[in-house]
Amino acid sequence: MLYFALRRFLSALFVMFAISVLVFLIFFATPGVDPAARIAGRNADPATLAQVRHSFGLDRPMPVRYLLMMQHLLIDRDLESFVNRGSRVVPQIVQAMPVTLSLVVGAAVIWMTVGIVMGTAAAALRGTLADPLIMLVGVVGVSLPAYWLGEVVNLVTQNRLHDTVFSWVPPPGYVELGHDPGQWALHMLFPWLTLALLYAGIYARLLRGEVVTALGEDYVRTARAKGLSERRILVRHALRCSLIPIVSLFGLDFGALVGGAALLTEVVFGLPGVGKLTFDALQNLDLPVIMGTVLYAAFFVVLANALVDILYARLDPRARHA
Amino acid sequence: MSRAVAPLPTTEARRSPGPWRTAVADLSCNRPATAAAVVLLIVVVVCLCAPLYADHIAHTDPFQSHVSGTTVVDGKTVPVLTPSSTGLGLGVTPIGPTWDTAHYFLGSDNQGRDVMARLLYGGRTSLFIGVTAALLTVVIGTAVGVLAGYAGGAVDAVISRILDVIWAFPVYLLAICLSVVLLTDGLRLGPLTVDAGSLWLPVVIIAAIYVPYVARPLRGQVLVLRNKEFIQAAIGSGAPALRVMRREVLPNVVPTAIVFLPLMTALAMLTESALSFLSVGVQPPDASWGTIIEDGLGLLYTRPAVTIAPGLLIALTTVALNVLGDGVRDALDPSARLRGGV
Repeated sequence: MLYFALRRFLSALFVMFAISVLVFLIFFATPGVDPAARIAGRNADPATLAQVRHSFGLDRPMPVRYLLMMQHLLIDRDLESFVNRGSRVVPQIVQAMPVTLSLVVGAAVIWMTVGIVMGTAAAALRGTLADPLIMLVGVVGVSLPAYWLGEVVNLVTQNRLHDTVFSWVPPPGYVELGHDPGQWALHMLFPWLTLALLYAGIYARLLRGEVVTALGEDYVRTARAKGLSERRILVRHALRCSLIPIVSLFGLDFGALVGGAALLTEVVFGLPGVGKLTFDALQNLDLPVIMGTVLYAAFFVVLANALVDILYARLDPRARHA
Repeated sequence: MSRAVAPLPTTEARRSPGPWRTAVADLSCNRPATAAAVVLLIVVVVCLCAPLYADHIAHTDPFQSHVSGTTVVDGKTVPVLTPSSTGLGLGVTPIGPTWDTAHYFLGSDNQGRDVMARLLYGGRTSLFIGVTAALLTVVIGTAVGVLAGYAGGAVDAVISRILDVIWAFPVYLLAICLSVVLLTDGLRLGPLTVDAGSLWLPVVIIAAIYVPYVARPLRGQVLVLRNKEFIQAAIGSGAPALRVMRREVLPNVVPTAIVFLPLMTALAMLTESALSFLSVGVQPPDASWGTIIEDGLGLLYTRPAVTIAPGLLIALTTVALNVLGDGVRDALDPSARLRGGV
């Protein structure tokens, strides 16, 4: 197990290195315009350009440039935005991270709970109306643009109904968890529900298939022969094994969320997370910020995936030898 | 065969219909999939008629701003944009839906442009990007997957590592990186030149980021195929590698590749809309459903139609594509149904 964890961790390190090289190549080695002009933003003056050239070593060989970029990002953490002079990129990301994590973790708790309950229920009620229903929720979930759903939610809760049914919904924004936990949860509620809606259906659908397959296995027959109750068989035997593939999918989706759907949801609900930071930087083509958010988010995702794989191997020893 | 085989009836030996025809027959019996195909067909035809609508019904140019334009509602001439009465009175409120196809059916955006006409043109863009990006992804993904799986060894190792890295990179972040760099000056890669602002730029970016989604499963399939007797026989009889890949391996993975097409189209359309919403996808003057949603962002509470309509169309199209995709998968791979997929 330890060996597997170590190996998985090393491979994550390799992937992080490769991703950083890829990001470096995209930003510094794409043929076309001078990278200094790109990084300095629109209409930069010659002094800024010279500063960018010097600080990123654009007159030096490629490997040196790569090391300089990584030094600014990870070691000195002094990467600066040239569009908003003086604002440092890395502290901004560190400040925004808890917001993104609040959003993603909260949504994940909701969709996993709903998905597991719905999926198990649908497996128990297979052949009834639950099946087409769950399929519909799943398909709609994967088909809706996340940001658009968020806007519709805003429209419903913040517009005319805000005076009556939804008067308790606070305006879009963020309250820190340490500041007021109640307000924090209240502000996050609709962003959580929006994100969870996109995923709960797929998880329910996948889990239903797994549980139905598991219910046909020999060990379930044995459990029945032992005289266990149907509910105990479903929850303790069939569901337990069926959760394994869900965990591995969760790892992938969690990563995709941090670097995707969560980004868009933050923008729509005015949450000052990493996604909002990226969005604002994109509006100004503020490349140092984008470089920072992309690399930090990608690293986080790779690490999260490695942790999930290790957890997976702990749950299912067969995976260690795959 | 030791068992005696009954001689085939000589008169009009009945031929089995073949896998493709069976699949088409299966698909046409699948009611949700047929309905989805009809919906898609309608969406495509309606969007293709965008110029007809703009020129002959609405008589408007949806790419030109009409800030001081007027239109007719209930026989009265009214301005398209009225100065905002709330707040500081600085902004403008565009005209809302009139439900009159000749005069701003769905209202206007804050530049006085007809939302309905833009929606149809935007649909052409979104569909074009979705379909071409998906086609490119599937073609490149199939080629890469077959090559990696068949060649094995160093070629496979290199290709697989590259695919792993792209796979591990969150797709939207990768797309954002590529877009933000290529948006300013386009792409020049050997003979391939794509201008900045061209619709082909999002196509190429979206196609590239999803290649591992197709290539990885296909590579796995080819690895299994490679050990089958018929491939070994082809290799043994001295057929060159390219010929074996083209004539023996490819036909066996094409059904899987086809299953990917509708699903990838849905994914590509969603990605395009997200990138356009982030303003790194389709660039003005072109419009897509994603850019129209972005246009509607500031008008959400006054003129929600600008946001709602394109979002509904994206949802409708992608739901239809996903349902059709499930149907195609069931038709081409009957075992998927038996495995307990809902």
